[in-house]
Amino acid sequence: MVTVTLWAGLVPLADNQKTLEVEADTIRDLLRQLTERYPGLRDPIKNEVAVVIDGVIYRDDRSRPLPDGAEVFLMRRLAGG
Amino acid sequence: MSSIAVSTTINGDDVEYLCQADETLLDVLRNRLGLMGAKEGCGTGDCGACSTIMDGRVVCSCLVLGAEAEGRSIETIEGMANGNELHPLQSKFIEHAALQCGICTPGFLMAAKALLDVKPDPTEKDIRFWLAGNLCRCTGYDKIVRAVQDAAQEMKGARA
Amino acid sequence: MSFDATYRDKAFKSVGTRPLRPDGVDKVTGRARYGADFNMPGQLVARVLRSPHAHARIKRIDTSRAEAVRGVKAVITAADLPDLTDGDASLLAILDNCMARTKALYDGHAVAAVAAIDEKSAKQALKLIEVEYEILPHVVDVDAAARPDAPILNEAIRTSGVEPAPDTPSNVANRSEFGHGDVDAGFAQADVIVERSYRTEQTHQGYIEPHACVANCNPDGTTDLWVCTQGHFVYRQTCADLLGLEVSKLRVTSSEIGGGFGGKTHVWAEPVALALSRKAGRPVKLVMSREEVFRASGPTSATSIDVKIGAKADGTITAAEATLRYSNGPYADMWAELGAMTSFACYDLENVKTVGFEVLVNRPKVAAYRAPSAPMAAFAVESAVDELAHKIGMDAVEFRIRNAAKEGTRSSYGPVYGPIGIGPTLEAAKAHPHMSAPLGENQGRGMACGFWFNFGGQTCTDLNINADGTVTLAVGTVDVGGSRASLSLIAAEELGIDYQNVKAVVADTATLGYNDMTDGSRGTFSSSMATISAARNAIEVMRRRAALTWDIPVEDVHWEDGHAKAAGSKYDNLSPLSVKEIAAESGNSGGPIAGHSEMVADGAGVSFATHLCDVEVDPETGSTRIVRYTVIQDAGKAVHPAYVEGQYQGGAAQGIGWALNEEYIYGEDGRLQNPGFLDYRIPVCSDLPMIDTQILEIPNPNHPYGVRGVGETSIVPPLAAIANAVSNAVGVRMTHIPMSPPRILAALNADKDG
Ligand code: FES
Ligand code: FES
Repeated sequence: MVTVTLWAGLVPLADNQKTLEVEADTIRDLLRQLTERYPGLRDPIKNEVAVVIDGVIYRDDRSRPLPDGAEVFLMRRLAGG
Repeated sequence: MSSIAVSTTINGDDVEYLCQADETLLDVLRNRLGLMGAKEGCGTGDCGACSTIMDGRVVCSCLVLGAEAEGRSIETIEGMANGNELHPLQSKFIEHAALQCGICTPGFLMAAKALLDVKPDPTEKDIRFWLAGNLCRCTGYDKIVRAVQDAAQEMKGARA
Repeated sequence: MSFDATYRDKAFKSVGTRPLRPDGVDKVTGRARYGADFNMPGQLVARVLRSPHAHARIKRIDTSRAEAVRGVKAVITAADLPDLTDGDASLLAILDNCMARTKALYDGHAVAAVAAIDEKSAKQALKLIEVEYEILPHVVDVDAAARPDAPILNEAIRTSGVEPAPDTPSNVANRSEFGHGDVDAGFAQADVIVERSYRTEQTHQGYIEPHACVANCNPDGTTDLWVCTQGHFVYRQTCADLLGLEVSKLRVTSSEIGGGFGGKTHVWAEPVALALSRKAGRPVKLVMSREEVFRASGPTSATSIDVKIGAKADGTITAAEATLRYSNGPYADMWAELGAMTSFACYDLENVKTVGFEVLVNRPKVAAYRAPSAPMAAFAVESAVDELAHKIGMDAVEFRIRNAAKEGTRSSYGPVYGPIGIGPTLEAAKAHPHMSAPLGENQGRGMACGFWFNFGGQTCTDLNINADGTVTLAVGTVDVGGSRASLSLIAAEELGIDYQNVKAVVADTATLGYNDMTDGSRGTFSSSMATISAARNAIEVMRRRAALTWDIPVEDVHWEDGHAKAAGSKYDNLSPLSVKEIAAESGNSGGPIAGHSEMVADGAGVSFATHLCDVEVDPETGSTRIVRYTVIQDAGKAVHPAYVEGQYQGGAAQGIGWALNEEYIYGEDGRLQNPGFLDYRIPVCSDLPMIDTQILEIPNPNHPYGVRGVGETSIVPPLAAIANAVSNAVGVRMTHIPMSPPRILAALNADKDG
């Protein structure tokens, strides 16, 4: 079980919940469950999401395992210079 | 517009070319002679990427007309090394990591060479003011100044 | 094969040394080929017609007279770049920025382009293109654009991120918010509060090489693009999407790149050159002029930021709040959001709230510039932090150390930090001799901290062991500042061979799998990870070959110091095989030896820096001289320290220019007044002192060698560090960047009058 915190822009798309509890093993699994629960999240998750697990940002690696009890944040994908 | 015939010396070789009256030396070097070591960063004399040496003086080749090279002696970056032997400035630039992207490097080397030709033992201040016409956006100039200082030392040692 | 990226402490042989870079000789002899240094047979010259108006509807374009000019082979307008974006708004914005579709949205916006046999005919044709504009009211100022009565750039935009959703158009495209705790409760506990508004002006990355490309569309659909870019694979994808090309048929080769700093992560002219080549049936070369670079390519945001910070008398910050308005140019992006995320990232705060507003203005589309959006936010926050320390009567370093984020801190943008380096940079600053250097008359000292995320990303690398035992490394991340040297060091380290025996090249899009941009400081971080992985794969192959040669089980062969060794006393008679020996036998032991790697190199790890700066301000002229400058930053592990120092120094110099001089100046007519290096003044050699650097090495746990990205963070603290130094020198708080002489004089005079 992990607790996921959404960025502010996603909250209205997820029944106004800022944090959610999800039973997921990997980033992929997590995002799949989120989009199943809240179809409104599908587009942002497809195009512009980065996942932060215990403070480390993952932009692309969706196979990354989620340790039990991990602190997970969804962030917008960032640009660099 | 009819072309102008120019006879000049480039890196010690006799060179003849035709150019338009409004064509810059930089364009002649790059587009007609294939000497693409001089770069165009601005075309207005503000960046020094096109620096070449004409009769011993550094010039922005983007501000010199191709026709003005008539009868002069031009040095470009392509002529700086002696065959396979790099000029001390060239070696020191590599050794000191004085280039990152390297687009400004040919211009800096030309300008620095002209400096050491007239002032073999420059102070840091001399170097900084002499090179103030050459822009570098990558390095913050620190390593460029050190490379020039070190090259000057080495050349002095070689003369002694 | 699974790859273990975990950091392992080890003694390095190659990593951390300073060998000569492999592309050095080419670059000092003028032989290296940059964007404009490439030509094709029969190539045409392209020129772009740009809008002179800040905001205008394009009612009609007539190109017939231009087409009739002798030597003109193609003229294009937006009609030649049909919209294939299929509802993808960000892709459509890119297309519209390449060539205005219905409205010109800024001075310099492309409206048509010509390809001709020479420059003269192309220029003549440009003059003959007739564009009928309906001039619309414009707005270039970030605060003015955010007001309800401002001229609207895009009638379809409703501010997102606010509840309830508005039903009228606005130039404020999005609101974002970050933070935790209760700031009102926090401020109520504060003994001292500092509250101020700050502004920063728009700057340009200022790479010395203008954008340049050569495009060639063949009649059979195969297409080549030679271009200076930070990411040729991304350019390939974007250009293919915009022009409806097959990805496999579009081959993009990245030239040597003459600086990018984020500005060469976005396509500008490339789709135009491709469309011209397609129409003309000839190769087309398009090189931007410096003026075009300023008017139409990548500036950073102009900003207006309000900050409020409260602290107890003992120096503990109780609450912090910032509202950030960032100009985006005409298209919505997330620049303010990045500012809002990074604002307070250096501090351990119980109550923090940041709100960002993306503001559309009639200026060029904002592009990333080195740690994009962070320097402006840091300027505002670090200025307020400094002022607060003064008010409390605490030393500026001590105050920051007291409030610095550490492992376990909840960051202001949400997640909790792992091991991080802000504390150590502050401790190093405190101990640095710079801190005790004497200050003269009219001089002041300032400091500031900075934060940046760093990214990894998709990376693909090939490592080939040649028959003579040397190694060729093909990477897909563009070398913007010496990464070929660093990656060669990494390959040498992992294989246990000499740096001299490794040669790294940047491969084109047809010869290697996809790679993300060289942005977010990722070049060395992610390609080094992929290089280690590729080297480990090659070592596996070499172990098997050694086992075959010796006719023993592969499990009994291990790799050490560049040699395959047979483990155990029963093999005492087998002397170790070197890479060279194994390579020489490869033809008889199973063919060529190579290691490949494709991966997502994530986990780049955040990075922090502290900068110290001494300035001298001339009270007569208001001009500022940098007397002393020190950069202290965590690199995780410095692979090639000379190039790490170079990144630190270069970022600091860019920040110094931003702080003191650089700004886009617009006239009443919405036209850019200073599109050249004469009036947009970047620092020159005589403006700067030597820039001292101190590299800290706190290993990144998510990289086998502990490497972090180093390219960007160094531009974050300078604005604030210099503003603090100037404020300390003149005794007046500077709140507007750049602190050009007239602005400093105005502040001094206002203070006198006040
Ligand atoms: S190109 Fe000649 S000075 Fe810039
Ligand atoms: S090394 Fe890039 S501009 Fe000087």
